[in-house]
Amino acid sequence: MTAAGDSPATPVVELRSISKRFGDVLANEGVNLSLWGGEVHGVLGENGAGKTTLMRILYGLSIPDGGEIYVDGDLAHFASPKDAIGAGIGMVTQHFALVRPMTVTENIILGRTGGAILDLDRAKDLVEEAADRYGLHVEPDRRLSDLSVGEQQRVEILKALYRECRVLILDEPTAVLTPQEIRALFATLDRLRASGMAIVFISHKLPEVMELTDRVTVLRHGKVVHTVETDEVDAAGLASWMVGRPAAPPEPRTHSEPGATALEVSDLSAVGGLDLPALSDVNFEVAAGEILGVAGVSGNGQTELAEVLSGMRKPTAGSIIADGTQIAGKGPKQVIAAGVGRIPEDRHEALVGDMSVANNLILEHLDEAGKRLILDRDRIRANALDLIERFSIKAGPDDLVKTLSGGNIQKVLLARVLVREPRVIVVSQPTRGLDIGATAYVRNELLAMRRQGAAIVLMSEDLDELLELSDRLIVLYDGRIAGRVDAAEADRDQLGLLMAGHTEVA
Amino acid sequence: MIFLLDILTATLRNATPLVFGVVGETYTERAGILNLGIEGTMYAGAFFGFAATAVTGSLELGILAAIVVGVASGAVMGLFSVTLGTSQHVAGIGLTLGLIGISEFINRLYFGSSEGLRRIESYQLLEPFGPDNIFNQYALTYIAFLVVAPLGWWVLRSTSFGLGIRAVGENPEAADAAGLSVSLYRYAALMIGSALAAVGGAFITLATLGTFTLGIIAGRGWVVIALVIFGRWRIWRGVFGALVFAGVFSLQLRLRILPGWDAVPFELLLALPYLVVIAALAISGRNVEYPGAYLKPYRRD
Amino acid sequence: MVKWRRGATTAGLILLGTFVITAPFIMLAGANPFAAYGEFLVSPLTSRYSGLEVLVSSIPLILTGVSVALAFRAGYWNIGAEGQLLMGAVAGAGVGMLVSDQSRFLVLPIVILAGAAAGALWALVPALLRVKMGIDEVVTTLLLNPVALLIVTALLSGPWADPETGFPESERIAESAQFPILVPRSRLHLGFLVGLAIAGLVWFVLSRTVAGLQVRAVGSGPKAARFAGISVGRTLLTVALASGAIAGIAGASEVSGIQYRLTGGLSAGFGYTGIVVATLGALAMPTVVLAALLLADLNVGAGSAGRVLGVPSQLGDVIQATVLLVTVGVLAYRRYHHKVLKSEVEEAPGEGAVPEVEEVDTS
Repeated sequence: MTAAGDSPATPVVELRSISKRFGDVLANEGVNLSLWGGEVHGVLGENGAGKTTLMRILYGLSIPDGGEIYVDGDLAHFASPKDAIGAGIGMVTQHFALVRPMTVTENIILGRTGGAILDLDRAKDLVEEAADRYGLHVEPDRRLSDLSVGEQQRVEILKALYRECRVLILDEPTAVLTPQEIRALFATLDRLRASGMAIVFISHKLPEVMELTDRVTVLRHGKVVHTVETDEVDAAGLASWMVGRPAAPPEPRTHSEPGATALEVSDLSAVGGLDLPALSDVNFEVAAGEILGVAGVSGNGQTELAEVLSGMRKPTAGSIIADGTQIAGKGPKQVIAAGVGRIPEDRHEALVGDMSVANNLILEHLDEAGKRLILDRDRIRANALDLIERFSIKAGPDDLVKTLSGGNIQKVLLARVLVREPRVIVVSQPTRGLDIGATAYVRNELLAMRRQGAAIVLMSEDLDELLELSDRLIVLYDGRIAGRVDAAEADRDQLGLLMAGHTEVA
Repeated sequence: MIFLLDILTATLRNATPLVFGVVGETYTERAGILNLGIEGTMYAGAFFGFAATAVTGSLELGILAAIVVGVASGAVMGLFSVTLGTSQHVAGIGLTLGLIGISEFINRLYFGSSEGLRRIESYQLLEPFGPDNIFNQYALTYIAFLVVAPLGWWVLRSTSFGLGIRAVGENPEAADAAGLSVSLYRYAALMIGSALAAVGGAFITLATLGTFTLGIIAGRGWVVIALVIFGRWRIWRGVFGALVFAGVFSLQLRLRILPGWDAVPFELLLALPYLVVIAALAISGRNVEYPGAYLKPYRRD
Repeated sequence: MVKWRRGATTAGLILLGTFVITAPFIMLAGANPFAAYGEFLVSPLTSRYSGLEVLVSSIPLILTGVSVALAFRAGYWNIGAEGQLLMGAVAGAGVGMLVSDQSRFLVLPIVILAGAAAGALWALVPALLRVKMGIDEVVTTLLLNPVALLIVTALLSGPWADPETGFPESERIAESAQFPILVPRSRLHLGFLVGLAIAGLVWFVLSRTVAGLQVRAVGSGPKAARFAGISVGRTLLTVALASGAIAGIAGASEVSGIQYRLTGGLSAGFGYTGIVVATLGALAMPTVVLAALLLADLNVGAGSAGRVLGVPSQLGDVIQATVLLVTVGVLAYRRYHHKVLKSEVEEAPGEGAVPEVEEVDTS
């Protein structure tokens, strides 16, 4: 096999007219993509544009309906990741494919142990050597569940390198990192590029694509819009290719005068999974008509904070006063009754996928679902038709929630919560996985609630979203508030340092 | 002294089928599958082991028959839980009902009840240190404790195969992305696990009883499932659990013949080991960490 | 129309699959598979007596099927209907031996309630362990089945042994505790109406009441149900007890309607067959009743096939297990190949997540 750098005449991998259909949806249609050794190739597109499907095909996780894959100019068939790995392709997926109870070494050698009996010491040496060469430092004996997200990503890259990959696919690798970690990742990728590797960088963040990539391919509705040298375009041009029209400027945020305190959290502590401390002495207040953003690298207590505020997790200490009612330690029922609207990070944990839209819309208020314990089916249906209209949900009342698109599922959840005009709203990752249209819809609804005087706590891993929507920000690190920032004066670098645990300089 | 020795000897013997089952089911569950077919697999192992020996006169062929039945039963469970992705509870119960039905059907057909119990020349006790000591055990007991359990532990911990089993049970997506065939590992775990369970069942007919009677397994398969959870999917903890169950079981057998104990119905003493296992689960089984992909079928798309 | 044709194809595939798998066993017994299936399925329906016998033997299957289906709908894997049934039988027999010639209208409700209470009690410990401590109910409900059988045997070999015959059977229960016969010259007893009434009641509660909506929500999405303020623990506990109670009534009904005494062989694995019935009936009460009737037909047929064709009646068990496996297999296969038509099964229960303790209990 020829090393990639030696034969610049053929691309390492070439995809020719790849097509893939899921039901009625064409996820990929006639996609051509060539990857050369020594380049970083950006693949850009909205959610649902077909980026991930294309990469799953390249990694053997999905079989295309049509088209060919060439490796070093020879036709190849990938029936499973095993074939792709054999052809020198490695992939770091968005949700890491790592086994949490196993050690770093075990994860890296999994599937390529090189013998029937595990030689963990030799494997450890190999891991350390690879780590030194590319500046990817992790301790080989630690369990995956003890690592930070950034470290886990390094393990994923090491895993690919250990398999001697020549093509490395990274699916939205920066979504979960601090700005500083992103810089370290880019440095590693530069080194890998210099060593002759072909790198596929999937993203929807334009500045990162502009900074890092050599060439970029833009996908829209499953088709390639353009493939160009990055130098020859600007961010605005890429954005318009991505959405098919000039990008609309974000709706200007109207100034609103915060009112009285509607949510008061004092000395709040809680434990997370395995009874480890997850929140320590958290204090904050949110005024009516104000959005408080909660920033932080995932795993620093945001999930637990959202759960405690939603009544899904008991705090070990502290008080939460929502609209005058003490809700610390209360269950979901009392929290709802206190006027708190809750939109959790995982929509599927709030809605029953196998139930109808109508039933899900009434689920938080079952006392209104019947007359004397018997279901009032007309009323449930009327309520559903009303909300479907008001929140322009594309579904019928009898459709099962699991058959809806992500955006419509989120609208069902918003409808259930917002129609009650809650005084306090706890919302996590409201736009995760949504396309641009649905994202704008959700953000505008939240801003509308703010105008109406709701106090909103917004947890998000998307710094841009936090900066766009919030009035004030708090940064969580290791379960504590590492800093408080006014959104208007926020500086991304300063936020990054706080997210990485550098405490506020007084 | 003799009483104690007696109980210890009986404990090792009564623990033997459970050790086979526990090691086997630990493999299956570490790969992410709850095999409720194990009760029927032990039953079929007991019957077909007995039947093969009764027909051929060879105990080794009896064991071989049990292994074949076990592998086949694991493959059927794999068809449902791995290939088709059905509910593991329902498939396992169905398998158990089917295997017990088939065993009793063939038993009725060929070893009909009219002529009374048919006996076989069963395994003899080994007496490496002369009579009347704790080492007077069947060869299969030695194999269970000195080969199956340690080898099972070592393979799971220190081999590529074991690593693969653990990976497909914790995170099949990760195992798939690393180039392992999730189905292959899960089928393998099921076949190995079921073969061991079947041999455990055959131990009862080919060694301790020398014959086959209806209802012979009497919930031992369910006990095995409980012991695996009690053992938190660690082989040695599971084996320890098997010894505890067998200890209580042997104790009640001996208590029955002691003066003063005959007032207690022996069936209630017989129920004691089951209750002990439930109590053990209640004490140690609180919020245990199940294998990450427990009960979850894996599909790529 | 498409849906109807798909249903017919599915049923055809299930029948064909079951026949192909079980035919070799029938041939092993020296019988013609077609003749045997005629005996199994058709001949019980050809005479008045055996037709009514099908209804008689459907009674415990309707009750255990409803018991299991209710539990499964809530995502509670009660595999202990067998033990709960036996305990219900013990309680029913106990009441029946205690009373003498009081009025039937007084005694029969007590018999039924005693069976229900005993079944619920037998279901209580696993339910509490699951709800309060997160211990998998599959294992604990299973383990209590052999224990219940041992209690029955202990009673029959000791305190309740029939003093006259010495057989492992209890004394005959009082006449006032015996279910009335519904149709003259048959064994069809009150239990049939009780079974239908309970199936109807469970259907109504599940599909038409607020509590039923809660149960379905807990079964299909326990996390989402808890998020919406439903107490998952309390729902599971209630369902588990109700499920146990219905299985217990099945036991009392066998004592008061068929045996008129407690016997060791009172249940032919009805509790386990209940799982087959519930699954074949797709956990919906009307179809569960139909599935119970089908299996009852098969049971009666297997009995007569044993006498007429010399095929051991254990083949009935083999066929039941085969129908169960072939059904779940065919459904899974067709689901996999028709993912687009997903919406056909409404509100399928979840795969039974790993048990979890509710951290915050709402009161």
